[in-house]
Amino acid sequence: MTVSIEPVDVSARPVERPPESAVRRFAERNRAALGTLAVFVVMIAAFMAASPAVFLSWPIYNSVLVTLPVALCLVVPLVFVVTVGEIDLSFPATMGCSAWVFALIVHAGLNPLLGIVAALIAGMALGACVGALVVTGGLSSLIATLGMNFMLRGLIMIVTQGKSIALLELQDTTVGSVFAGQVFGVPVQIFWALAFVLFAGLLFNGHRFGARVRAVGDNPDSATEMGVNVQRVRILTFVFMGLGAALAGVFSTMVNYTWWPTTGDGYLLPAIASVFVGGTPTWGGVGTIAGGAIGALIVSFIQSGIVAAGLSGFYVQFFNGLIIILALIGHRWNQKRYR
Amino acid sequence: MGERLIELRNIAKSYGRVFAVGGVDLHVDRGEVVGLLGDNGAGKSTLIKMLAGAIRPTSGEIFVRGVRESHWNAARSRNAGIETVFQDRALCVQQSIIRNIFLGRELSNAFGLLDRKRERAEAERLMRDIGFTSKVFSPDSIVGQLSGGERQGVALARAIYNKADLIVMDEPTTALSLTETEKVFRFVRAVRAGGRSVLFIGHNIHHVFDICERFVVMDRGTVALKATKEEMGSAERLIAYMEKLAHPQGIEIPPAPGHEAEAA
Repeated sequence: MTVSIEPVDVSARPVERPPESAVRRFAERNRAALGTLAVFVVMIAAFMAASPAVFLSWPIYNSVLVTLPVALCLVVPLVFVVTVGEIDLSFPATMGCSAWVFALIVHAGLNPLLGIVAALIAGMALGACVGALVVTGGLSSLIATLGMNFMLRGLIMIVTQGKSIALLELQDTTVGSVFAGQVFGVPVQIFWALAFVLFAGLLFNGHRFGARVRAVGDNPDSATEMGVNVQRVRILTFVFMGLGAALAGVFSTMVNYTWWPTTGDGYLLPAIASVFVGGTPTWGGVGTIAGGAIGALIVSFIQSGIVAAGLSGFYVQFFNGLIIILALIGHRWNQKRYR
Repeated sequence: MGERLIELRNIAKSYGRVFAVGGVDLHVDRGEVVGLLGDNGAGKSTLIKMLAGAIRPTSGEIFVRGVRESHWNAARSRNAGIETVFQDRALCVQQSIIRNIFLGRELSNAFGLLDRKRERAEAERLMRDIGFTSKVFSPDSIVGQLSGGERQGVALARAIYNKADLIVMDEPTTALSLTETEKVFRFVRAVRAGGRSVLFIGHNIHHVFDICERFVVMDRGTVALKATKEEMGSAERLIAYMEKLAHPQGIEIPPAPGHEAEAA
């Protein structure tokens, strides 16, 4: 068929585009994280207004800085898992298991650094197992990882008969002060955790792996057709989750120099809530590391904040839920889902 | 014709006992534009997905530049110089134009860190070359914000980036406007002028006849006809042939003036 009139040659026209300011581009790119930051600022302002005596002095912040590193090590890799389109509910047991490996090695009188390395390897190996089970087995990650969580925790309970391991020998050692000491009155773990967040941020935003994680979560068929090994990318997110869980396990064990068979148990729901409060949507393909980190900060603050604000402990759950819901509504309004 | 670029020999794909493609031979030489035709369900898309490595053939052989390939997959297909513009465009709509153009082939250093500057510059250049820059968008724009034609532009830009020897296009003009369709044809001609090959799948026989030099018609998973443009003579004969394939008992429709408008 013939076109009687030659269409206008659009290619000859220059690219028309309004001049973009760097600030605007930054805001556009970090929309979700900035939204989370706004939620955090409003929340802290509310706490300050409710209880200036507590929130204008240092101790409350210091107490959050003790629990925050563990949360950050869990939340940040979980952003990868959610972005790739999966979920991991087995990380608390992975955290318990790898911390157990660490505790056993230290308790046996071996070098604690060796213990840390072994714990990280154990965490990644467990992550690889969980990932392989979910991905190659074609199982629902929601159910399969829930099962793995019960199974691994059960294994710990069977073997240890519920007994904890004290690691008082770590106190006053170099490893103890490097990974659990204080710098200028601030718990040193927060610096390690921040380094981990920065590393994860670079991996997510500036590395080939992060780009593929987002592509696979966005459209696995398209990624496959373009030659991305989708299964490998998915399993690797679980391996990274295992690494974060192991790090979290080591940190939490070193805070009290005691390993408990329940290590990690309390982190399941707060870590998941932090990811979504942080602005990573449930549908995959997009996520934010900075948002997740601020989300962890928010969730860590809620509990101590509510109690410090003068409300009784009975209010904690209610406000916990309220803040999560409000943050989600905020993100829904702030973000658009493209199809 | 020139050098034999790719060749599929007796390639088949079955799902259980159903053959989607049953023993097809197909080749594309360097610098030629081949049209692949056939009704819905004839097996065209399955065939090109096997060529692209997205579907594993049940049996058969794939040769690239005369060498038999084993462990064929999507990454190997792309590395062999075959780029496919899939019917669904294979885009990730929540990602930027840059991320889609370099999907599976990110520009990165030895540590895997993305070379954002180079990716951006290359994306700008490709989009300008393709001529899909009429709307207000940048390489950072999210693909989900683009129209159908613009999304096709992203898929085409991705296909030419690597200077592939063969570009396979599965119904690239479906749901496109007339101007956008014309751009796709200009693209095909430009690719051919560059000495590269195109395997073009389409439903609009007039379009396919115009742009291709050789035709392969598929019917229910097998090749029903192979003919050059000279052998075919006119688009009307091609249409009549395909009508006959669809209705073997029916009367052959003679080519009539004014028929072109109907097919468009």
